[in-house]
Amino acid sequence: VIDEPARQLDEGALRALVPRVLAGLVRRGEDFDAAEDALQEALLEALRVWPKHPPRDPRAWLTTVATRRLVDARRSEAARHRREEATHAEPRPATTEEGDDTLFLLFCCCHPDLAPASQVALTLRAVGGLTTREIADAFYVPEATMAQRISRAKGTLRGRRLNQPGDLAVVLRVLYLVYTAGHAGRTDLAGEAIRLARQLTLATEEPEARGLLALMLLNHARLPARLDPDGRIITLDQQDRGLWDTHEIAEGVRVLQTALAEQHPGRYQIEAAIAALHDDAASAKETDWPQILAWYDDLIALTDDPVRNDPAAVLGRAVAVGHVLGAAAGLRETDRLREVLGDRHRWHAVRAHLHELAGDLPAAGAAYAEAARRATNVAERDHLVRQAARARAREPRSNSR
Amino acid sequence: MPKYLLLKHYRGGPEPYHPFPPMDQWAPQDVEAHMAFLRHVSELLKENGEYVDAQALTPAQTWVRYGGPDAAPVTTDGPLPETSDLVAGWYMIDVDSHERALELAAYVSSEPGPGGEPLYEWIDVREVMSGPPSHD
Repeated sequence: VIDEPARQLDEGALRALVPRVLAGLVRRGEDFDAAEDALQEALLEALRVWPKHPPRDPRAWLTTVATRRLVDARRSEAARHRREEATHAEPRPATTEEGDDTLFLLFCCCHPDLAPASQVALTLRAVGGLTTREIADAFYVPEATMAQRISRAKGTLRGRRLNQPGDLAVVLRVLYLVYTAGHAGRTDLAGEAIRLARQLTLATEEPEARGLLALMLLNHARLPARLDPDGRIITLDQQDRGLWDTHEIAEGVRVLQTALAEQHPGRYQIEAAIAALHDDAASAKETDWPQILAWYDDLIALTDDPVRNDPAAVLGRAVAVGHVLGAAAGLRETDRLREVLGDRHRWHAVRAHLHELAGDLPAAGAAYAEAARRATNVAERDHLVRQAARARAREPRSNSR
Repeated sequence: MPKYLLLKHYRGGPEPYHPFPPMDQWAPQDVEAHMAFLRHVSELLKENGEYVDAQALTPAQTWVRYGGPDAAPVTTDGPLPETSDLVAGWYMIDVDSHERALELAAYVSSEPGPGGEPLYEWIDVREVMSGPPSHD
């Protein structure tokens, strides 16, 4: 072993090994719960030791340390006979592709019996290779709370057969949840979701997986323009498009094209296509709203009774209708959603935008204020208050003082 | 060091010293000045080593109680939903003294309102009980 001076640890490479090592342990017949705990300990050890003493074979190092922890745990539980049963009962590990490992573990972590918050936490730890601490930071909860959530999730999985192919739709939803959960915390969840989705696209041919990756990339590309230095929200039509990440847009479009070529469009591919059209416009004025509306038509056609089952898509479509057929037509579309979304800030915000488009500033101001009262996020609330104040200030006879 | 909550209210509390309209009816530059001041308060508390936490609450309020065996929880909007106290959010601070807590609360209350005039908003200052004593 060469004794090198301390060097920068490649955490990304370390974390990429986690699903491969864990899948190896589980395929060898280890209990998922115990193996995942043991590997988390090995990961923490690696973060501590590797900067000074990098291993020659990182994957073997992790497997060895995790196995040692498993043996220790079993000794202390005095349950050796269970291991023997398990190792003899399970088939020997087959040599597998890396992609299979990822998919196998994603199906475990996104088991339909788990609540979404548990699926997310378990996926980030077992597939993403994040530490409990990092996941807790991302969701602003104490580390002990997150540790308990993960432990209970694994308790739910105990005794379940984990060798069945799982539900890919659930996996996609969980990864999208990871993406939307975080642009704010110390842990970069959006970046993590993109990394996991990329791994998933290597493991499955399903075009929706590529659709999801494309959707994330095409939205993430706009992230640098979405907030100003003081944390104020800047809406799409006001963003400095020069700040958009053109490499991410190009990759997103490429990934989307290969998915659409298979002629099985699903909701992620369609939403990615809409995002791509926004990314493609050199200015807000040049946005191709008719084509966006056509994609929204496809999106709501995927669902029976979209007003009840996919109101967010109907609301998005109402904006497109407003830009193509006029604000009044857009507002009529939102009327259909009053019963389902009438107490949500987004419904009021969309109506405010459409009123503003129609030049009805008093109605816009009132609707922005209604939206602000219902916002559940400080940045959005502040943004909506500003929009209300701005709309009212533009009224001919302002009474703002 | 004692901890205090500086509570801001949507409504309730003593008679306003200086009534003002809702913020969505202010001039845009006054809204900006107000929000910039609140950001500055958080930064100031952090720089001073006095910051513990700051949170905002939505105005939606539901009162709930145990409904009895085999019954669903009982909920209501409250006794007088239009006039009762409604907390909007808080700063939690860790400071040397009660006086320092009052000083900081008064500073928060000087936040700019319409026309850049101070809001003179009443701030509810509450001491957080500490853990068990470490000696007799």
